[in-house]
Amino acid sequence: MFQVRFHGRGGQGVVTAAEMLSVAAFLDGRFAQAFPSFGSERTGAPVVSYCRIADGEIRTRAPVESPDALVVQDATLLHQVDLFSGVGSDAYVLVNTSHTFEELGIAELAGRFRADRVLTVPATEIALRLLGRPLPNAVLLGGFAAMTGAVRVDAVVAAIRERFAGQVAEGNAEGARAAASVVEKERSGRAATD
Amino acid sequence: MLRQIEGSRAVAEAVGLCRPEVVCAYPISPQTHIIEAIGVLVKSGRLTPCKFVNVESEFAAMSVSIGASAMGARAYTATASQGLLYMTEAVYNAAGLGLPIVMTVANRAIGAPINIWNDHSDAMSVRDAGWVQLFAETNQDAVDLHIQAFRLAEELSLPVMVCMDGFVLTHAFERVELPEQADVDAFLPPFEPRQVLDPDEPVSIGAMVGPEAFTEVRYLAHARQLQALARIPELATEFAATFGRGSGGLVSTYRTEGADTVVVALGSVLGTLKDAADALWDAGVPIGVVGVTTFRPFPAEAVAGAIRGARRVVVVEKAFSIGAHGILAGDVTLALSGLDVGVYAVVAGLGGRPISEGSLRSLLEEASRGSLPALTFLDLDTQLVARELERTVAHRRSGPTAENLLRDIGTSRRVAGPAAST
Amino acid sequence: MAHDPVRFYQVGSFAAGNRLVDQEQRTEQSRSGRSNSLTSGHRACQGCGEALGARYALDAAMRATGGRIVAANATGCLEVFSTPYPETSWQIPWLHSLFGNAPAVATGMAAALEVKGRSEVRVVAQAGDGGTVDIGFGCLSGMFERNDDVLFICYDNEAYMNTGVQRSGATPAAARTATTEAVGPEPGNAFGQGKNLPLIAVAHEIPYVATATVAELHDLERKVERAMAMRGARYLHVLVPCPLGWASASSDTIRLARLACESGLFPLFEAERGEVVDVTPIRRQVPVEEYLRLQGRYRHLFGDPGRPDLVREIQAIADRNVARFGLARESCAAPATPADIPREAL
Repeated sequence: MFQVRFHGRGGQGVVTAAEMLSVAAFLDGRFAQAFPSFGSERTGAPVVSYCRIADGEIRTRAPVESPDALVVQDATLLHQVDLFSGVGSDAYVLVNTSHTFEELGIAELAGRFRADRVLTVPATEIALRLLGRPLPNAVLLGGFAAMTGAVRVDAVVAAIRERFAGQVAEGNAEGARAAASVVEKERSGRAATD
Repeated sequence: MLRQIEGSRAVAEAVGLCRPEVVCAYPISPQTHIIEAIGVLVKSGRLTPCKFVNVESEFAAMSVSIGASAMGARAYTATASQGLLYMTEAVYNAAGLGLPIVMTVANRAIGAPINIWNDHSDAMSVRDAGWVQLFAETNQDAVDLHIQAFRLAEELSLPVMVCMDGFVLTHAFERVELPEQADVDAFLPPFEPRQVLDPDEPVSIGAMVGPEAFTEVRYLAHARQLQALARIPELATEFAATFGRGSGGLVSTYRTEGADTVVVALGSVLGTLKDAADALWDAGVPIGVVGVTTFRPFPAEAVAGAIRGARRVVVVEKAFSIGAHGILAGDVTLALSGLDVGVYAVVAGLGGRPISEGSLRSLLEEASRGSLPALTFLDLDTQLVARELERTVAHRRSGPTAENLLRDIGTSRRVAGPAAST
Repeated sequence: MAHDPVRFYQVGSFAAGNRLVDQEQRTEQSRSGRSNSLTSGHRACQGCGEALGARYALDAAMRATGGRIVAANATGCLEVFSTPYPETSWQIPWLHSLFGNAPAVATGMAAALEVKGRSEVRVVAQAGDGGTVDIGFGCLSGMFERNDDVLFICYDNEAYMNTGVQRSGATPAAARTATTEAVGPEPGNAFGQGKNLPLIAVAHEIPYVATATVAELHDLERKVERAMAMRGARYLHVLVPCPLGWASASSDTIRLARLACESGLFPLFEAERGEVVDVTPIRRQVPVEEYLRLQGRYRHLFGDPGRPDLVREIQAIADRNVARFGLARESCAAPATPADIPREAL
C-alpha cells in the first residue's frame, strides 16, 4: 500500500487533491481511498488530507501516520505545523514553492531524505500562468505522479478532466503535465550531479 | 457501474435509485452532501417524480416525512447528531405510527461540547424508539443497505435508519459499485402502504391509546422487529442473488475460527480492526472480528453464534452510557449471558478521535493476555484529566470544563501534525 | 361580496334565521346532507366552541372540494375529544402526529399528493392556539414561506385547554389561566405580551388569511370556500370560546364569540398576499365590559374593588383594533392596510 499525506490551507483544494489522486489510481485499475482530516470549512486554516493506493481492498480508516509521500501545497506551513511527523527517510516529499530549500530554511530537514525524492515544484506560479488562478492542487498532482510513479501522469490528467470542465480542466491538465516535466528535469538534473 | 466517488454521493445515487417520492432536506454536517446531491438529482430530472422539500428544521424534516408517508408516498430524509435529537419526538412518532420512512444518519457526536466529528452517540440516543438500525462498514455497504432498508421498511411497516460514520465514510472517496436502475426496481417494488389517508376510504390515524391497549401496541412493534430479525438475512440473500455481492444481514465475521479473543464493533472501525487482526494473527495472536450490521433489532442469537468458541469478547464502541457502561457492550453481555465468556468494554473514537491500528493492536494484545479491565477508554489522556480534576478541587469557580481542557492542550503541546491538528 | 349581508336576530338567542334565506345562500350546516366531518359521539364539553368550529370549517371544505380533503391535526382538545380510543368521530381521512408539527405533516401530505398527481385532493391542517402560536410556530412559518398548498386552521380558545387551561401566546391580557393566576399587580395574563398570529400570517404574504368566529356561520363558511378556491398557503384563525377555560356558561358560546367581534377585541378581516382586502364592520360597538363580565376568567376585574383600570386598558385595546382595522361602520369604506397599521402594532 502507498500512503500519501497532503498538507495545505483551507481553500487551496487539499481535499480535492487527495480525491483526484484516488480517482487517478482508480483509473489505473487500482484501489484507492481518500479522505480529509476533518474540520469545519474555513478558509486559511491548516488542512490535512490522505490518500491510500493499493492493489486490493483498503480496509483501514485510520489517518495516515507513516506516509510514503508528503505533498506540501503551502510552504508557509513548514514552520507552523509539524508536517514531517511519521515521515520516514525513504519517503517522497513534494513541496509547492518557487524557492529553494535553503531559502525556505529547511535545507537540513530536506537533507534527511533521499535526494531524488525531495523535490519542489512552483505549482502556484504554473497555475497562475496556465489557469489564471493560484490553485496549485491539480498541478502538483502531475509532479507527484512523475516523482513517485504511484499513478500515471495520464491518469492524473484524466482525473482532472473528470473533476473539472472546459477551460478549467484543460488549464489544470496542462499545469499537471508542466509540473511533471519540472519534476522529471529536476530528477535527471540531480541524477546527473550524483 | 464501478465508480470512485465520495460516500455521500454514492448514498445519494443509491437513494435516487430507490425512487423516493418526497425527500426532506435540512442541512447538518456531515450529511449535507447527501441531500445536496439528491437535490441535484431531482432538479436535473434524473429523479422524478419526486418532491424535494427544503424544511425549516429536522423536526420538520421528520414530520413532513410522516405526512408524506401516511399519504402513501415513499419518504426519505437524512440527519446527524443534534438534528437527530431535535427530531426525536417525531422519530418515536414515526415508529409508533408504523410508517416506513428511511433515513440516513451520518453518525456524529452529540454536544455539549459541540463536536462535528464521528461517533455513535446520536444513533444510540434513539435506539429504543422502534426504528430498525443498520450500520454500514464501508461506502459499498452504505449503498447496499439503503436499498435493503426501503424494502424492509415497506414490507414490515417499520421505519429504518441506515447509519454511516460521519466524515469517515460520508467524506471518503473510495470505489463503489452502483447498481443499475432495473436491478433496483426488481428488488424494490413500488410502495404499497398498509395504511393510507384516502378520501375514498377515510381512516383516522394517530388516536390516543390508553392503558387498556398501549402495552399490546408496543408488544406488536417489538414483534415486528423480531420479524425483521428473520427477514433481514433473507433479504440479504435475495440482494446477493440480484446484485451479485453479499451485504447486509445481521452480523459479519472475520477470522473467528480458532480465535480465543473476539472483538465486536459497529461501522467503519471494523476495517481497521481487520487489519489489526491480520497483524496479530501473524504475530501468533489469534483475534476474530465480529461486525454487528443490524443493531436494532439486536441479533443476540447471531452474535452469540459468531462468538462461539472464544473465551473473551472485546467490544469496541464509539458511544457510552454516561454513569453506567458501554451500550453495545451491554447488549453483547446480555446476548452472551449463560456462556462462559468475559466481555470487556472499550470506548474509543469519541468525538472523532482517530482510532489507529497501533492502538487497537496493543489493546487486543492486552486483551489476549487477559489483562484488560472491564472498561477501558482507549487513548485517554489521563494527565489532562488529572489536571482538570485538580483545578476543580482547587477552585470553586473552576470554569467550563471543555474550555479548560482546550486551553490546557494549547499551552502544553505545540500543534504537531495530523494527530493534533483536528 | 357575493353573500347576503342581511342578518336576522331572534330576540335573546342571537341565532340567524336560515329559513328566511334563499336556498342557495343557506349554510352547509343547515343542510341535512352535510358531511358531518366531525360527527356526533365525540367527548367535547357542553358548549365547546372548537367542536362547532371544526365541524363548520371542515364541512365547508368538504363541500368546496366535493368531499376530497385529508386532515392533519395537532395534539389538543380537538384531537383528544374526537378520538377516544377505540372510537373516532372523524368521517374524513385524518392524521394526528404530534403537538408541534401539524403544519409540517400537512406539508408532507401536500407534497405526496403533488407527486402522485392527485391535485383534486386538498390538505387541511388544524390545531388549537397552543399548537399554532407557540409550539407549532416554527413549522407554521416554514409552511407559509414555502407557500405549501395547505389550509391551516387555528381554533383559538386562547389557552392550553386540554391540559387544564394554561397560558399560551394567544391568551389575552388580564385573562386568568392556571399559569397566570389572578394575583399580583397585574392580575391574570400580563399586558404587552402575546402574538397576533393573523397579522403574522399576513406578514408572510401568503395567498389568503382570514379571521372568523363560530358566531358568524355564513362568514366562516364563505371564508373556507374562498380559501379552498385558492392554492398555496392559506390561514384561517377561528375564535372558539371555551366554557371550561373561560368559565362561561355553555349556552353563551355563540354569544361570546359575537361579543368578541362587536367589542372590537376580535377583528374580522381577510387579507391576500400581505394586504388586508376586506373587514367586517362592527354594527354597534359594545363596551368590552359586556363581553368580559360573562367570563369567569375575568372575574377578578369586577366586584369590590375590581380593576377598572385594567378594564380601561382592555377597552383601549379594543378601540385600537377598531381604529387600525377601520371597523367602525362609518369608516368601513376604506379597509385598513398594513401601511395604516402603526409599526408597533405589527
